[in-house]
Amino acid sequence: MLAFILRRLAQSVLVMAVVSVISFSLFNFVGDPVNNMVGQDATRERRAEIRLELGLDDPILVQYARFVGNILSGDFGISYRIKQPVDDLILERLPATLELVFVSAIIALVFGISLGVYTGIRRDSWISRLVLSSSLIGVSLPTFIIGIGLIYLFAVHLRWLPSSGRGGVVDLGFWKTSLLTVDGWRSIILPAITLSLFQLTLILRLVRAEMLEVMRTDYIKFARARGLSERSINFVHALRNTLVPVVTIIGLNIGGLIAFSVITETVFQWPGTGLMFIQAVDFVDVPIMAAYLVFVALLFVVINLIVDILYFVIDPRIRMGGS
Amino acid sequence: MSGDGDLPPVMLPSGRTLREPAARAEAKAPAAPPLLELRGLSVEFPTRRGTVEAARNINLVVNAGEVVGLVGESGAGKSTIGNAVIDLLERPGRVSAGSVRFEGEEIRGRTEAEMRRIRGDRIGMIFQDPQTSLNPLMTIGDQLAETIAKTTGLRGPAALARAAELLQQVGIGEARARLKSWPHEFSGGMRQRVVIALALAGDPDLIIADEPTTALDVSIQAQILDLIKALCRERKLGVIIVTHDIGVIAEIADRVAVMYRGEIVEEGPVAQILGAPRHEYTKSLIAAVPRADRKLHRFASVDYIEGGASAARRIDIANHWLGRSESPKGTGVAVEIEHLNLSFVLQKALLKKNRRMLKAVNDVSLTIREGETFGLVGESGSGKSTVARLLAGLYRPDSGMIRVLGQDVVTNPRAPEARRARRALQMIFQDPYSSLNSRMKVLDIVAEPIRFYRTTGSEEETRRVVADLLDHVGLGAAAALRYPHEFSGGQRQRISIARALASRPRILICDEPTSALDVSVQATILNLLKDLQEELGLTMLFISHDLPVIRQMCDRVAVMRHGAICETAETEQLFAAPQHDYSKHLLGLMPSMELLGPTGL
Repeated sequence: MLAFILRRLAQSVLVMAVVSVISFSLFNFVGDPVNNMVGQDATRERRAEIRLELGLDDPILVQYARFVGNILSGDFGISYRIKQPVDDLILERLPATLELVFVSAIIALVFGISLGVYTGIRRDSWISRLVLSSSLIGVSLPTFIIGIGLIYLFAVHLRWLPSSGRGGVVDLGFWKTSLLTVDGWRSIILPAITLSLFQLTLILRLVRAEMLEVMRTDYIKFARARGLSERSINFVHALRNTLVPVVTIIGLNIGGLIAFSVITETVFQWPGTGLMFIQAVDFVDVPIMAAYLVFVALLFVVINLIVDILYFVIDPRIRMGGS
Repeated sequence: MSGDGDLPPVMLPSGRTLREPAARAEAKAPAAPPLLELRGLSVEFPTRRGTVEAARNINLVVNAGEVVGLVGESGAGKSTIGNAVIDLLERPGRVSAGSVRFEGEEIRGRTEAEMRRIRGDRIGMIFQDPQTSLNPLMTIGDQLAETIAKTTGLRGPAALARAAELLQQVGIGEARARLKSWPHEFSGGMRQRVVIALALAGDPDLIIADEPTTALDVSIQAQILDLIKALCRERKLGVIIVTHDIGVIAEIADRVAVMYRGEIVEEGPVAQILGAPRHEYTKSLIAAVPRADRKLHRFASVDYIEGGASAARRIDIANHWLGRSESPKGTGVAVEIEHLNLSFVLQKALLKKNRRMLKAVNDVSLTIREGETFGLVGESGSGKSTVARLLAGLYRPDSGMIRVLGQDVVTNPRAPEARRARRALQMIFQDPYSSLNSRMKVLDIVAEPIRFYRTTGSEEETRRVVADLLDHVGLGAAAALRYPHEFSGGQRQRISIARALASRPRILICDEPTSALDVSVQATILNLLKDLQEELGLTMLFISHDLPVIRQMCDRVAVMRHGAICETAETEQLFAAPQHDYSKHLLGLMPSMELLGPTGL
């Protein structure tokens, strides 16, 4: 198992190296960094000064090595627009995004798995049919439409919930959370639902399909023939056997949640990294874009590593093959 | 029910010594009811196109300490009966009439909760495929402990102790240590033992075994049948064995019921049914069983099952398209294999010494003469299919020589001469379902080699040849326009044969061509292969695990084990006087056919 994890870690490092090359190349291909900093009408001497300051005249490999070294020490440079260190900006906004992703992942998992199991077992009941047909909405409607629809219904029409922002935020020193105030919870409900809906329906349909598949297997039939209880058959024997493919998809999708949060954050004016990224794109704020790229890639890599380790926990057959 | 005094040495946990029905049975001792009694049982499956009756008016009695065989071909409804007894019919199937009396009580129409108390506790089931009967994500011990907890109420260490006892009883050594094993760590035979242990966990009175040995090798089959027989005697269990295999019935059953199209056509003691069957269907069925004790020229016709066998007209090879083969002229020897070796890497590793290798083919040498049928026999994993694949060029050997019709096909497999020699060699695979492309019409399937090799002058001629081939394998030319899914397993295998013939082969490799088929269909396919061989002068390499089939088909046989050939001999000589110890062992495992009379021979 250790060898397996080490191998995966090596692959992860490779992926991150490739991503760093791409994000490094942003600096050189997306606009001219000097122009971005000083504007069109700076003098030639001033430009040369800045080029020297930024080390832009050094060989490309030296520049790349410096870039990677800076990243590793947590230095992503200074935002062109806001003139603040990028890592501070990201750290300031990261809690908002992570809380949003966390809450919507929980919603997607809890409702997705439980409804999936239910519709898999009672596939002919009218509740199942209702759930399945309404789940089509979640798959087919784009996120921003759902978000706007929810805002119209709950914020504008019914006036139950706020339409934007994080509400009350409590500063824990290292982390600004909105999960400790009623106002914060009221604010997170709509964006979290919006963000989770697509993943929820995906998980639901996947779990249901896997359940139907597993329910047909011989070991379920044999478990029935031994007179085991329905609960044990459904949740001990069947559910666990559906988990390997489900975990794969969930792992990829939590990465997807972070990526999709760009749209949700824009719709709800949620002050997270996604919104920051969109604003950075508007102003060609390359340091923020590059840092965001590295950061999202890192999350994907870490999540996939966790998924691979979960395989080991779930399925003993993989354990044997790997060691 | 003759009392609980005969229970095995392992006694039940306290508080559950005598069961209620048994006690009642003893009260009115002389007229004890049979263990299981089915009266007029019918099962139907409502479908969109009307109701299908899977079983009709079934009457069957099983007594304690008795093994009752339920035999029939696929679709006869035999598994349906087992499932109906414990009320586990696949939806939308349901019992439409009749009664199921267990230990004198009616159990049909009980609630799900009541049935759950009967399943496992009083009626145990064993399914066909031990690879899939166990939950792959739970240890053996957990699965046993769960079932023990349900049936006896024992929990924790006590349940695990009982689980170890059960494993010991079904012949698994070091039972305690093996409780922590996962199903995939056991071989097929061992898993079936675990399945039996699970079925016995609740100490049931009746076991329904649905094809318990079909997925197992002969040597394992013999062990499992012995185990079931011993348990039945020891514990006074009633056992229903559902099977398609007459050999299994001959081996283990006391009484047999023969099923055909949902009905029991004949029932009685095993000696009478196998030795002197009365019903026409039983006669056909038994005549179709390959005999291990004597060689027949052809299988007796099985008209009752297949309808009138189509009398295909004989081909005059001198004038027929099939005779105009371009393959090299032979020299009396069709295939020569010398010192063939092939290893598979089981586990990759950077260092050579850490790699785990499996020698799938180990120094195999054999010669197949032109026009003969050469048999390769062995258990699963013995390397017989690998030899066939090497010969067909699907694998490349590590070392060794293969000559087809005198042409070396190993050294330079892409040379034109090697390709031409290979073309003379065609394969028929085991599974007729996965070996045909379901999206192609039969015409295109059979015509593919003709079109590929451009062996006809025109598309019109191709179609004529295909029609002729289909006619000749007994399907009729009209089959060309249909798709494979419209055909049964036997018919699909005929399509495969037509496809193989379309390359105008001189040598046919048949890799277990009938092991997925019913015995009556097997007989017709084997007859077809024999006829084709005679007419076309084909050479055949016939691979099978089934010794009786080998005896009927082959002129010479090689016995394989662990990738090596143990013995090569004339078939009759092998069956009369095997030389190698393993050949003797294999022959000893064949179910005895003594009970079978000369019916239909």
